[in-house]
Amino acid sequence: MTYLLQIYSSTPMSEYEALSEEQKSAITGEYMKIGQTPGVLGGHQLQGPETATTVRVQDGQTLTTDGPFAETKEVVGGYFLYEADDLDAAIELAARIPAARMGGAIEVRPVVER
Amino acid sequence: MLANLIGFLGDFDRAEEAAQEAFAVAAERWPRDGTPANPGAWLTTTARNRAIDRIRRERTFAAKAQLLDVPETTEEEMQETEQGGVFSDERLELLFTCCHPALSTEAQVALTLRTLGGLRTEQIARAFLVPEATLAKRLVRAKHKIKAAGIPFRVPPDHLLPDRLLAVLAVVYLIFNEGYGGQVELAGEAIRLGRALAELMPDEAEVHALLALMLLHDARREARFAEGAVVLLDEQDRALWDGEQIAQGRAVLQRALALGGGGPYALQAQIAALHTEEPRDWSAIAALYGRLAALTGSPVVGLNRAVALAEAGDPVSALELVDGLELDDYHYLHATRAELLRRLGRVPDARAAYGRALELVHAEAERSLLRRKLAELDAQPG
Repeated sequence: MTYLLQIYSSTPMSEYEALSEEQKSAITGEYMKIGQTPGVLGGHQLQGPETATTVRVQDGQTLTTDGPFAETKEVVGGYFLYEADDLDAAIELAARIPAARMGGAIEVRPVVER
Repeated sequence: MLANLIGFLGDFDRAEEAAQEAFAVAAERWPRDGTPANPGAWLTTTARNRAIDRIRRERTFAAKAQLLDVPETTEEEMQETEQGGVFSDERLELLFTCCHPALSTEAQVALTLRTLGGLRTEQIARAFLVPEATLAKRLVRAKHKIKAAGIPFRVPPDHLLPDRLLAVLAVVYLIFNEGYGGQVELAGEAIRLGRALAELMPDEAEVHALLALMLLHDARREARFAEGAVVLLDEQDRALWDGEQIAQGRAVLQRALALGGGGPYALQAQIAALHTEEPRDWSAIAALYGRLAALTGSPVVGLNRAVALAEAGDPVSALELVDGLELDDYHYLHATRAELLRRLGRVPDARAAYGRALELVHAEAERSLLRRKLAELDAQPG
């Protein structure tokens, strides 16, 4: 089954910002390693919510707003797409994601298989 | 049989449908053709074959291609595998699936009672005081989540097992406690589940410990209430206790301790066992609560420890402990404080504490008890 792992981190990311350069690069290394795990189909870090634009179409008109869909304390900072045997395997991968232990959360949701 | 079908088909609803069809066929054929030599094997074979037929006809389960390749089994084959042990009882897998952490606790409880307890939706709804439609929706959602999110049907692997077993035990104990408040039906179900679990996981200390705990608590159920009020342990009519069940509980506890039981359920079961003795060894009870508090950090455990300390003859330490607990919204805290203050001769403070407890209490049986205690206090001078 293929799962989307949406990575939520809380803003401001004070816990992360307080880390040393060495620690930060160690975390980046962890993300890269997860990205290279067999079964991971892809993944990206997203730029900050301040770079987001939200698009709607109403009566044929394209409407754009500055900012993310929801102004929440938690924002999506990235994602992985993971093909796993079952939910337990997906949960285990999610638990390895650094954001999960630094005050954030990972939403694990299966994609619709067509 | 249902557990086996669910394991084979990976789908609760199909398993139920198949089982019902098999029973219907049996009801029609057995009176006519005679009961088969091994009815269990016959029913399971029939159910499996019907399910396979249906899947083939529907053709939507491409993912279950391996099922389409399974040749239709015969009754003889079923009997052989049953004896060979391959045709295993999959209740354990089912229990762990129902109690998977990806499901909400409410869903875990409902699903466990429905599929392992065999209770009807309507019975479960009544037991938890929710409308039947709500419970039915909860079950549908849970089953859907299991299928859609890929919750595996299995006993968890070793590295996940300790946490998952704790979750299963928590669900069983939750079912027991919901029943313990007055609905005997659920307590019995929980004990049944506990026995099955002890049979399926005989080397797990905490499994036996939980069963012991439930047996010991349940043995006192007839004495717990009288005329709509809660009867305190000290005042209970011991003749109403189920002596045989207490003996059984103690025996199961011995098994847990022999397996090295030092976990929370083992400690609670030991405490429960001590409560059935006369005279009560309050120091031992207090010590066990101390170990339990260290394990769980629970302030409620701290409160129970205070009660034991007071009974062991040290109300001053008990009150000190109680005053250090963060449980201001818990009526038992104030009721306990009140009792301790009464023993220390601080009657006005005791009165105030009973008043606070009465503000917080929910159950009518407990309210009656508190009112009685307050009245006894008021009857005293001062």
